[in-house]
Amino acid sequence: MFTSISTWFDSAAEDGVTLAEAVLHAEVSETGVPAEDIMERIAGAIDVMRRAVEDGMTSSEKSPSGMTGGRARRLDNEGPRLLGDSFTALLARAIATLEVNARMGLIVAAPTAGAAGVVPGVLLTLQETRDWSDADLAKGMLVAGGVGAVIAERASISGAAGGCQAETGSAAAMCAAAVTFLEGGSPEQVSQAVALTIQGMLGLICDPVAGLVEIPCAYRNATAGVQSVAAAEMALAGLDFPIPVDEVIDVMGDVGRKMDVRYRETALGGLAATATGQRIAEEAGLQQLVQLQLKGRNRGEASARFGPS
Amino acid sequence: MMVRLFDILGPTMVGPSSSHTAGACRLGYVVQAILGGTPDKAEVGLHGSFAMTGEGHGTKRAVAGGLLGFQPDDPRLRDSLDRAAAAGLEVDFSVIDLGEAAHPNSARFTVRRGQDSVEIEGCSIGGGQIRIREIDGFPVDLSGSLPTLVVVADDVPGTVAQVSGMLADAGLNLATARVDRTSRGGKALMTLETDAPVPDELLADLSAQDWVHWIRNIRQLNA
Repeated sequence: MFTSISTWFDSAAEDGVTLAEAVLHAEVSETGVPAEDIMERIAGAIDVMRRAVEDGMTSSEKSPSGMTGGRARRLDNEGPRLLGDSFTALLARAIATLEVNARMGLIVAAPTAGAAGVVPGVLLTLQETRDWSDADLAKGMLVAGGVGAVIAERASISGAAGGCQAETGSAAAMCAAAVTFLEGGSPEQVSQAVALTIQGMLGLICDPVAGLVEIPCAYRNATAGVQSVAAAEMALAGLDFPIPVDEVIDVMGDVGRKMDVRYRETALGGLAATATGQRIAEEAGLQQLVQLQLKGRNRGEASARFGPS
Repeated sequence: MMVRLFDILGPTMVGPSSSHTAGACRLGYVVQAILGGTPDKAEVGLHGSFAMTGEGHGTKRAVAGGLLGFQPDDPRLRDSLDRAAAAGLEVDFSVIDLGEAAHPNSARFTVRRGQDSVEIEGCSIGGGQIRIREIDGFPVDLSGSLPTLVVVADDVPGTVAQVSGMLADAGLNLATARVDRTSRGGKALMTLETDAPVPDELLADLSAQDWVHWIRNIRQLNA
């Protein structure tokens, strides 16, 4: 896949193909897998996303830890208050996916399990309001995949390596690009959408309570989805961001590398290491984790890396 | 690093964690593939984060499911411990310490199937990707993302050339090849990753060579 947004967009322009087609061609030439098979696999992934959303919206089953389950359904039942149906649906779908994930349901890690709610929350919701066909959606997924691949190459998509900005931030950037592309935005606008998303999520830490992919992850998926739509809206209106997108992605990588290990998925800092976070971890039988949290907080050090990704 | 599209748009998996669940399942899957089928008995040592937060992430269920031949997207992972018991797979988990140098999501397997047994160490490196680090004391570096042939052979001249020649004759392109040996004149372990699966006939031909002690064909992880 591409190592920068600029090489990807240049190559698409040179070949006279869309950004989505450029990703598809690159994948075919790198893997030897026929284009039809790739598109079929994307359709399959979209199908899994839909089923997870449906499951999460209809069931209130709790996760084994009891931390999540039922919130998406509640939000859906409560209905929209402030901004309308699609806003509430986006939030609920993102949370639904993470709730299904937490109770060992089937999801698509896009780009990770911890950020799996962002793509379905945003793209399945806008598909309805913007009238995209499934074929359109699949093209959007190619663009999203291209952005994720560049971020994985230049920065990181792993919370353990780069914090939550690397997980939900990457997912949001992927969606913003897909939305802008599907709404007819120019490649320049697509790159602005990515830059605008990431600039708003720089520095976000990964601090999962009890080391589990539940809290704050479910909520962060929902709000990352909102960031993504905000960025696409501004980019489509022609608002620019003066720092080129590849440089913005590099900043995300740099911030991730400099981020204290306590804020990189170890559950040794942030919300996880609060008194209440520790009590929840203890109740989940994770005394060893609590000991490390105390040590990490008191001495400002944490050599061990523990936690989900 | 070579990033592929479905590393980003996937894996499609049973939650909740790509490393603690999907990766753990893949480790179990590759272990049974190396053994040649679901073990009768498996001792699984979980190290670091696997041991510490594995419970909430379904790591044991994922490993047991992998040992039963389930892939990360198989809903049967949820009740795989019961399924293992029903299938006659006895699986014991313990907490182990592989030291500071080991990846935090590492596991060590001692598995037995009939007369066959093998010891394997591997780790889950993020996003559902795994590495097998050791097979029966031989250091290896397998990802399971390509079809892989594992051959224990006499450590004598010409065997590597013969294996690669036979693969070439079958039209198979080698992606990676690695040879390790315990001692000169002892046994050598060859791990060969290929672009396409190794056909059964070729596997039979290789098994028939008198210098081959043990051979395993690992199907590509497709989820």
